Amino acid sequence: MARKITLPLTEEIAKSLHAGDSVLLTGTIYTSRDAGHKRMCESLEKGEDIPFDPKDATIYYVGPTPAKPGQVIGSAGPTTSGRMDAYAPTMMSVGARGMIGKGARLPEVVDAMKKYSGVYFGAIGGAGALLAKCIKKCELIAFEDLGAEALRKLYVEDMPLVVIIDSEGNNLYEDGRKAYLKEHK
Amino acid sequence: MREIEVSKITDVVEKLCIEANEHLPEDVKCAIKDCRACEDGEIAKGVLDNIIENFEIADRENVPICQDTGMACVFLEIGQDVHFTGGDLSEAINEGVRRGYDKGYLRKSVVKDPVRRGNTGDNTPAMIYTEIVPGESVKVTVGPKGFGSENMSAIRMFKPSHGLQGIKDFIIETVETAGPNPCPPMVVGVGIGGTFDKAALLAKKALMRPLDTSNSDPFYADLETEMLEKINELGIGPQGFGGKTTAIGLNIETLPTHIAGMPCAININCHVTRHKTEVI
Repeated sequence: MARKITLPLTEEIAKSLHAGDSVLLTGTIYTSRDAGHKRMCESLEKGEDIPFDPKDATIYYVGPTPAKPGQVIGSAGPTTSGRMDAYAPTMMSVGARGMIGKGARLPEVVDAMKKYSGVYFGAIGGAGALLAKCIKKCELIAFEDLGAEALRKLYVEDMPLVVIIDSEGNNLYEDGRKAYLKEHK
Repeated sequence: MREIEVSKITDVVEKLCIEANEHLPEDVKCAIKDCRACEDGEIAKGVLDNIIENFEIADRENVPICQDTGMACVFLEIGQDVHFTGGDLSEAINEGVRRGYDKGYLRKSVVKDPVRRGNTGDNTPAMIYTEIVPGESVKVTVGPKGFGSENMSAIRMFKPSHGLQGIKDFIIETVETAGPNPCPPMVVGVGIGGTFDKAALLAKKALMRPLDTSNSDPFYADLETEMLEKINELGIGPQGFGGKTTAIGLNIETLPTHIAGMPCAININCHVTRHKTEVI
C-alpha cells in the first residue's frame, strides 16, 4: 500500500521514509534541470536568493512538453538525476530536502542526504502522460528563457513515487536487485 | 522514373513525428504486457502497470508518451528511380520536423552546438539516414530518440580473437552499466561488423525492427534469444527497482567486416521505443 505524504517535506517526514516505500505525494514542488540548477547554484555562491524558498522544498527533475490547449502541463516524466549530482549537495545545504528523478546518484549526493536528511524519490521514467495527470497547477516562476528547462512551481496530488534512497543512505537500486537475485538463485 | 515533390516528404515527416510520439508500436505494447504477466515482485508489477496505463493515456488523449520527445531520427529508403522535385530534400525533412514538433506540442530538445549549446527552438536538425534501394517508392521512418537511453550506449572495436564471448560480455557489461538510467525495461539494439560508423548505424536500425521478429540468420536469432534471457537474469528490473524485466527486446543486425576487426555497437533504448513508417 502506498503511503500518502503531504508536503513540505519536514525532517520528521523525511526520516520516516525508507528505501522501497511507495508513496503518493501531495503539495507544492519545483521543477528544475541542469541549466536551472546551474543558475541557482551560481546565485547561492554569490550569496543571492534563489527564486523559491528552499526550506523543506522538493525539486522535480523534469522538462515537460508544451501544454496543449486545455492542459495544465504537457507530458512530465522525470529526467536522469545524475546530471544534477554536481548541484544537489549545494541545494540540500540551503534546506531543499526532496528530489524526484530517475537513475543512479553519486556517493557525494548520498553523503549530503545523510547529513541534511534528504530523500530521493523515483518517478517512473517514460511515464510522462500518466504523471502529468497528478499535476493540478503549474506556474512559471523564473528562467523563462530556458524553455522546457524553466523553473516552474507545481501543485501535485497523489503523485506515485518510490523512495529510491532514504536519509540513512539505503538504496533501492542496490537492495531491490539483491533481493530479486537472492529469491531467484 | 517517378517524380516526387519534396513537399510530400515534409507532410509525411510532420505526421510521423506526431504519431510516433503519441502511439507506441503494437509489438512494443505486447512485449511490455507479456513481461507484466511474468513478473512476480510487487514493486515491479506496479511499475509495469503504470507504464501500460501511461501508453494507454497517450493513445486515448493523443499526448506524448514521454516528455523527452527525442531527436528526430529520419530514415529514408529511396528508390533509385525516384527524382525529387520542388526543393532541397534535407530542408524538406527538417521542415517536416519543425512543423510536427510545433503542431504536436512536442518538446524541442536540440541544441545548435554540442559544446557551446543553445536550443535551436524547433527540434531541428533531424538526424537523416538515407539509403538507395531498387524501385520507385520512398520509405520514410521517423524514430524519435530520447537521450536518457542514448547516453548509455557504447561501441567497441574488438579483435577477432575476442570472438563471440567478447560480444556477449560487452552486451551484459553495457546493460549493467546502464542500470536504472535508461528507464528500464529497455530495448537493446546490437550492431556487429562493418566499420566503426556502420556498426553504430546497425545498432540504431536494430531498434527500429519490430520486437516480434528475429534476425533471419538462425545463428543470430538464437543469440538474440540467449542474450535477452541473460539480461533478464541480471535482476535490474523495471526502473532498476529489482525484478525480472530488465529488457523487453534485443535485436541484432550484422554486416561483413574486415579480416582484422570485429566492431560491436550497442544502442540502448527505453520502453518507449517509438518509430513509425510510411511508404510514398
